[in-house]
Amino acid sequence: MKISPARVWREKDSRYRLEGSKCKKCSRVFYPPKPSCPYCGYSDTERINLPRRGRVVSWTVEYTVPEGYREYAPIIVGLIELENGTRVIAPIVDVEVDKIYEGMYVEAVLRKIFEDGDEGIIVYGIKFAPST
Amino acid sequence: MYIVGIGMVKIDRYYDKGYMQLIHDAAIRAFDDVNSYEPEVVVVGNMLSSSLYNQDSLAALALDAIGFRGLGGLKVEAACGSGGHAVIVGYSLIASGLYDQVMVIGVEKMSDYPTSTVTSALAQAADAEYEYIYGISFAALNALVMRLYMLKYEAKREDLALWPVRMHEYGSKNPYAQLRNRITIEDVVNSPIISDPIRLMDSAPIGDGAAVIILASEDTARKLSDTPIEIAGLGFGSDGLDLSSREELLNPISIRRAAEKAFRMSKLSPSNIDVAEIHDAFTITALVSIEGLGFAGPGESWKLIKDGRFAAGDKPSINLSGGLKARGHPVGATGVYQVAEIAMQLRGDFPGVRISNAEKGLAMNTGGVATLTSVIIMKR
Repeated sequence: MKISPARVWREKDSRYRLEGSKCKKCSRVFYPPKPSCPYCGYSDTERINLPRRGRVVSWTVEYTVPEGYREYAPIIVGLIELENGTRVIAPIVDVEVDKIYEGMYVEAVLRKIFEDGDEGIIVYGIKFAPST
Repeated sequence: MYIVGIGMVKIDRYYDKGYMQLIHDAAIRAFDDVNSYEPEVVVVGNMLSSSLYNQDSLAALALDAIGFRGLGGLKVEAACGSGGHAVIVGYSLIASGLYDQVMVIGVEKMSDYPTSTVTSALAQAADAEYEYIYGISFAALNALVMRLYMLKYEAKREDLALWPVRMHEYGSKNPYAQLRNRITIEDVVNSPIISDPIRLMDSAPIGDGAAVIILASEDTARKLSDTPIEIAGLGFGSDGLDLSSREELLNPISIRRAAEKAFRMSKLSPSNIDVAEIHDAFTITALVSIEGLGFAGPGESWKLIKDGRFAAGDKPSINLSGGLKARGHPVGATGVYQVAEIAMQLRGDFPGVRISNAEKGLAMNTGGVATLTSVIIMKR
């Protein structure tokens, strides 16, 4: 992954704070944010903070990982449905690979997601951890 | 619009051949397949030349490979769906009246690099900012869809192993296939985990390949070939770049849209299709594709496969080449292989498992997790 400071910086609101988009016409809320609505096609959306708690809809334990991610392997990846119904795909952490189940409660936590070598930028982002 | 010439190389790991030689080898066979030829432009379907080989300007490389320096050309990229999209662009160049003869070339090289490097390059098909950056691979995204499918439709792991077993059976008879060994259900369910529940034997292999088709307008086609195959309908469509914001992960918009357009244009319906090549980069992709094309209802394809449907002789017979699973999946070239295979089924000279008297065929190719899909319908 080629990383630059500006590239990481401009995604900070959505990647650090879990900001999504809300369509100004059909009111659908979605993640990641987009300037137009992917559902009704309306050309204006606004940024909103998404609920941080949700449940696991689907998951996978990824053993064959892309270059540069070996130290994180195996990566547990979850399809999470937040409390407002918005779905987010992100890694699940702080849990054993065989302890994930459908409907499991999780909440968003800020974690390191990528290091660009020994001297490059460290990228942070939202992952999900078990919640009560 | 007609397909007049076809040339393919066996998909394999060619450590001794680069893009130029692979294209040359496939093109020579396509030239041998027509009475005469005078291509005016090349369209190259390819995904990874930029990310793995630092090579853009791929059309210029292709033109030098076949000795047609001076002609125009371009590369078409739609991730693993590049090949099918290239055929549509080639069709358009003739349909627009700009050219009479177009060469569509699908080419890919993947075997020179270790799996992690290829996994990284393939992950570029997904959302770079919200999937790849987390180390989420292309297989992982498909695994999320596979588990969702198994949970929703109560399909068992063994049930979903039937597809790759069948694909290897067909691949064993296709001289162009990369994998020609037969496998069992046990082989599938005990193979190494790539991204649970996807295992190695659910996944298309990494390989190199090149396939070429020559397209011609109606008047020219009759002169070039005694057995031209008509392209009767085509269409393409998209779904979300990221999977998070998709509404129906098990029923991608891209497949439905592409199929609707192609069926409408050809005035045919799924029940008219005799033979099809569909995109099965992973077992789950086969199920979603069969359902999205209208060959099965939602959640029904795995049961129909269990009942023996879509096998050779059924209508439609699907993936007699062995599919991406066994024929192989040199990603950006695959869509061109599929069109070539269907055209040969309709001509009656496909050298592997072949059904007799096939009149109407369909090729469906997709990039990403059914992110960019093309459907091409052909008639004898």
